Amino acid sequence: MFTWWHRVGNVPGTVQSIERAAAVLRLLAGESGPLSLGQIARSLDLAKGTTHGILATLRHVGFVEQDRLSGQYRLGSALLQLGHGHLDVNELRSHAINWADPLAARSGEAVRVGTVHDGQVLVVHHVFRPDDTFQTLDVGSTLPLHATALGKVLLAYRFTKINLDRFTRRTIRTTEALEAELQRVREAGWSLEAEELTPGTAAVAAPIRGSGGLVVGAVGISGLVERICDSHYRPHQHLVALVREAARAISRDLGAARR
Amino acid sequence: MTERYVVAIDQGTTSTRCIVFDRRGRLVSLAQHEHKQYYPKPGWVEHDAAEIWRNVEKLAPEALRNAGITEDQVAAVGIANQRETTLLWERDTGVPVGHAIVWQDTRTDDLVRDLLGAEGAKTVEHDSGLPIATYFSGPRVRWMLDQRPELRERAERGEILFGTMETWLIWKLTGGLHVTDVTNASRTMLLDVHTLDWSPVALEFFGIPRAMLPEIRPSVGVFGTAVAGFPGVRIGAALGDQQAALFGQTCFSPGEAKCTYGTGSFLLLNTGQELVRSTHGLLSTVAYQIEGGQAAYALEGSIAITGSLVQWFRDQLELIASAPEIETLARTVADNGGCYIVPAFSGLYAPYWRSEARGVIVGLTSYITKGHLARAVLEATAWQTREVVDAMNADSGLDLTTLRVDGGMTADNLLMQSIADVLDVPVVRPLAAETVSLGAAYAAGLAVGYWPDLEGLRQNWHRAAQWLPTMDPQVRATEYRNWQRAVERTFDWTRPS
Repeated sequence: MFTWWHRVGNVPGTVQSIERAAAVLRLLAGESGPLSLGQIARSLDLAKGTTHGILATLRHVGFVEQDRLSGQYRLGSALLQLGHGHLDVNELRSHAINWADPLAARSGEAVRVGTVHDGQVLVVHHVFRPDDTFQTLDVGSTLPLHATALGKVLLAYRFTKINLDRFTRRTIRTTEALEAELQRVREAGWSLEAEELTPGTAAVAAPIRGSGGLVVGAVGISGLVERICDSHYRPHQHLVALVREAARAISRDLGAARR
Repeated sequence: MTERYVVAIDQGTTSTRCIVFDRRGRLVSLAQHEHKQYYPKPGWVEHDAAEIWRNVEKLAPEALRNAGITEDQVAAVGIANQRETTLLWERDTGVPVGHAIVWQDTRTDDLVRDLLGAEGAKTVEHDSGLPIATYFSGPRVRWMLDQRPELRERAERGEILFGTMETWLIWKLTGGLHVTDVTNASRTMLLDVHTLDWSPVALEFFGIPRAMLPEIRPSVGVFGTAVAGFPGVRIGAALGDQQAALFGQTCFSPGEAKCTYGTGSFLLLNTGQELVRSTHGLLSTVAYQIEGGQAAYALEGSIAITGSLVQWFRDQLELIASAPEIETLARTVADNGGCYIVPAFSGLYAPYWRSEARGVIVGLTSYITKGHLARAVLEATAWQTREVVDAMNADSGLDLTTLRVDGGMTADNLLMQSIADVLDVPVVRPLAAETVSLGAAYAAGLAVGYWPDLEGLRQNWHRAAQWLPTMDPQVRATEYRNWQRAVERTFDWTRPS
């Protein structure tokens, strides 16, 4: 008979502090925003001193980051990169396909799913804009990270050194501007590209998270700027909501499948 | 006015799903429950029909709740079901007599061998449009009645009823209506595909009493009003799952075809109001019938092993960890390196129908890597499709110009490109992945006037992806010849003991 006794902890031969560290990581992964030391300690029913020691160690290995101003904790980039290398792109597509289709149907725009490969966005899935015009599949092609909505999402959750090539007069050109933009993406949970790669074209994307909340890809829509945005380059909120909903659905699918 | 919807019940082999669709054919909500598979003996596969009905009762409110709607917002319910799965139940109590025997079950093997030699076999095959095989329901009913002689007596008195899964669900939904639709009836071997009525010759041949059979209805038309599951809602359609997929892909014109790529694969070509008899090993089947109209027919090519070859590669050879990784592995090499895999695991289906054939891997040299094997696995599905398409073109005199695809394997881009390459026609994937459910919903909505006509449904069909042929014609011809030579090497492997 299979029992769950080993989940309780204090099993001979296991290290309690690692179990606790795993619980901290799971807790942070499950939250949308950063958590304070007090919140984490309360949530796991641990002493503050113990919790602080665990967090300091996780920070040291890069699995947790601490916000300099608020002092709150969130998952670190090292952890995100650790997870990334293990997701096969064709596997990612097979999970995304059922949610990318409804996104295209509801938004009326083309959908792409991307992941990072060699400092660029690799398109791993593409759904045509549902108007039956002639379109060509661009699965396997690459896009610049800093000039696309998909790329900004992917950059926002990892450290990748890139060249800021200029494509239009709206392309981000400085590291400072890019950092500010990525901070905005992390706070909002979605990204926008407004005539930054191709004049007349705009796009919205959101992160796909794998098991434990790791960002493993991005899903987004792209189309004519006047369909995606208002006259002030602000994306239509219902489109943003559709993209985020699809991203969450794919993330749920991935988390469930890889458990 | 409140928005109205159509609900599809997709009663499949491993699970039952309830899906809510809106007027534009978009999926609004989905609820799904798996049911238990029973394997009492090698080659036997059974389902508990009572469990399947309990699942439907649970799924109905779940699907509506997920969609945030109530029964009065449902214009109609449509049913798509696993075909050929056979059930008997008591008319008085509605209680099944044992488990349902599933389409994959081969327990009628010996019976079928005897029947093939019996007088009248050729007439039955002609009238039904099907070869006598374990695949179909007729031999199963005969087997069930042979096992328990008292059942035959009670069946003759109409106390024991026969039904495929849509008949069972409609019986439960309506509280006792015993009906089937023409597409499901056409998979029993008991239907005369010309008259679309039960064939007296076939009934006599199989020894099945007429009194136990359901009334045959058009696929698209109001069957009745539900009293359970979706109380007060009209049941607007029932279709076999592959026919439903053809309908969902809006293949309404002669010459239009779809292929559903799953564990096995099923290619159906609409042949219009003409029943085309195959001389190349395809099945003649009813595609659909709209109430008040003539039936549309289809040619069907069934391929036994496609997705299951990838599963074998994953689970038995353990060369990949998940099915999608077959594409990653296959892309590590540029071609098959001269290696071919013919997955005749339990013989070959269309167009060969060679039960004695067994699988081969040919062209092995020290050069071959697992990447080449992965290529050969994917190419096996592409070439098997080509053989079925060739048979269809020859039988129908219609040249396939585009292949519409659906099913889980359409996520594999390399496979879809290979299919376009070997067929030399564009391969198109529609935006609606759930073509089986969508087809049932379309048919039901059409029956109650939710959608005006077939043309209106076509408007909902949109292209999500397209793969164009890029293969050099010379290479295609050489590779096809190599594949055919590989197939020849599977023949006559098993010998009668």
